[in-house]
Amino acid sequence: MSVIESKNLSKNYFSAKSGKFAGIGLRLSGDPKSPSGDLGDGLCFEVDKGEIYGIIGPDGAGKTTLFRILTTLLLPDSGTATVDGFDVVKDFKKIRSRVGYMPGRFSLYQDLTVEENLKVFASIFNTTIEENYHLIKDIYQHIEPFKTRRAGALSGGMKQKLALSCALIHKPSVLFLDEPTTGVDPVSRKEFWEMLKKLKSEGITILVSTPYMDEASLCDRIALIQNGEFLTIDSPQNIVNKFNKILWSVHSNNMSKLLNDLRSHAGVGVCYAFGDTHHITVVDEKLTINTLSDFLQEKDHKDVVISKIEATVEDCFMELAIPKN
Amino acid sequence: MLKYLLEKEFKQFFRNRFLPKVVIVIPLMVTLIFPLIANFEIKNINLSIVDSDKSPYSQQLVQKAQASGYYRITNISENYDNALKSIELDQADVILEIPINFEKDLVNEKAAAVMITANAVSGVKGGLGSAYLSSIISDFNTNVRVEWLQSDSRFVVPRFEIRPLYWYNPMLEYYVFMIPALMIMILAIICGFLPALNIVGEKENGTIEQMNVTPVSKFKFIISKLIPHWVVGFVSLTICFVVARLFYNLIPAGSILTIYILASVFVLAFSGFGLVVSNYAKTLQQAMFMMFFFVLTFIFMSGLYTPVENMPQWAQIISHFSPLKYMIQVLRLVYLKGSGFTELLTQFFALSAFAIFFNGWAVISYRKSSQ
Repeated sequence: MSVIESKNLSKNYFSAKSGKFAGIGLRLSGDPKSPSGDLGDGLCFEVDKGEIYGIIGPDGAGKTTLFRILTTLLLPDSGTATVDGFDVVKDFKKIRSRVGYMPGRFSLYQDLTVEENLKVFASIFNTTIEENYHLIKDIYQHIEPFKTRRAGALSGGMKQKLALSCALIHKPSVLFLDEPTTGVDPVSRKEFWEMLKKLKSEGITILVSTPYMDEASLCDRIALIQNGEFLTIDSPQNIVNKFNKILWSVHSNNMSKLLNDLRSHAGVGVCYAFGDTHHITVVDEKLTINTLSDFLQEKDHKDVVISKIEATVEDCFMELAIPKN
Repeated sequence: MLKYLLEKEFKQFFRNRFLPKVVIVIPLMVTLIFPLIANFEIKNINLSIVDSDKSPYSQQLVQKAQASGYYRITNISENYDNALKSIELDQADVILEIPINFEKDLVNEKAAAVMITANAVSGVKGGLGSAYLSSIISDFNTNVRVEWLQSDSRFVVPRFEIRPLYWYNPMLEYYVFMIPALMIMILAIICGFLPALNIVGEKENGTIEQMNVTPVSKFKFIISKLIPHWVVGFVSLTICFVVARLFYNLIPAGSILTIYILASVFVLAFSGFGLVVSNYAKTLQQAMFMMFFFVLTFIFMSGLYTPVENMPQWAQIISHFSPLKYMIQVLRLVYLKGSGFTELLTQFFALSAFAIFFNGWAVISYRKSSQ
């Protein structure tokens, strides 16, 4: 059963003054109800009940626009989408009472205390903290010692926990988390994803966006998005498995020169910086690690290290995204 | 649900370090301090005297000027040049020079000249300072003539005196005129400014977005912003009434209920205006400047300081579009003249029209901006 479905959603941004076209916010094609299951680019955006669904893409890809349309904050220019069976335009009131939304920016009342914020959000959903305490218990326990502190005076990680508690207090059926881990330290990030897994076991569907590729593998399914269009949708494992190119990582003493030299080589497909190494795909099957190593040493590179590696989600993303630039 | 929202708003209001104080300080400022400052009566004009005659008559004239209460003799100079220096040093505003032989000429030739010199850097002070002085001199002149005639002859010279009677403000006290009008500024600020700034603040902080994803309807959200400010505004207005009563013994000649009724209509109109601003402004800074621009225009066109009848024709037409004008009229008419509700129907309908206009505009502009 799909909790979220979409059909040809689009949202274009026009510059406010001139009314001129200023860029595509989102253009999702694909019709889940068609006989073949999908149409257009062959991608349909559907989220199943109880899954953690990741929207992965760089800044400006359209992640927040998609979230704002699905949480009824923004009207799509065309197309339709449903959340929990309700249309995002016609039944927006029903959607609002059954989803939890945690915007990318901390949006709670900074002049109210932790407990007061939670109470405000509980009471406007006609519920109480006690009623759904079991849902937020694990998260709220961390900040409960500070419940009389004003939200504005909390640390970044605590603010995020409070925001998640407030988004959960009415036991939503779908949880929208817009870049919840941006600007959060690695330990808190790990903790946060563990919390999400627990929520999943409660039967809550979670749609989460992130610019971090390493978090992608923690989702049940991911959609890679760029320039307002989905590049691919699948489980992280399938996406990696589908990657059928030879992938090498290359390191030398002069990394910036290395990038240009690798790109100039005919046997190299795409080349991009990946942490402290460069990743390349090999298009010429005759090319071996040794011949490439010789080629680089001719170009004055020292300490050349080349090794064959397994693809990650980020490699898949780069492979899909780069040709379109 | 509204109950919880209101609880939240009141909590936030009283937790604010600044706002609760404003509610107390503004009425006190407006009723106690502003009337003392915003006063167009000229008193304490610094007068420099050059009395070259030093005769009984010249001294009588100086005493008369001093006794008028308008002047403070700050400088007595031997000659005109020194007196002029005191103007340059800003020690004097007006010079009264009485020449040698003033008394002699007055008695022998039945005419004598004095000279008034005024510093016109401050036009009002210089103009009024010299005008008051001329009237004192002409008064002195009449007295001298009457004195002579009565001592010379046996018959009494017929005299008549004009005694104006000032209705509604018998002592022509400036504060009686100003305080009721200034009270309305409080309602404009607390009920018009604050909720609008509050809403724009939620926009700027992003908190409005979190609220928008909840079942809280926009209408309830806005009402929850307005009601606390209405309550606070009326508390503030009541403080004004009490302070005016205690310190100036200012009691409305008409019914205070009439003021409250019309003030509610005004508040409705002005908070509608605030909502319009909040719909167009994206940041607090924009909202502040928009508010300032319109409120300053409204004030200057309202007849608060200068009577509308003094304005050029075009400005008089614009003044019809200032809601403040009607409310100021209401307060002055009720306080001074004791007008009842039936005499204030024009103002009532004008304010109601503003309320419908601004709130209608707020609804339409909100629909547009919400997409």
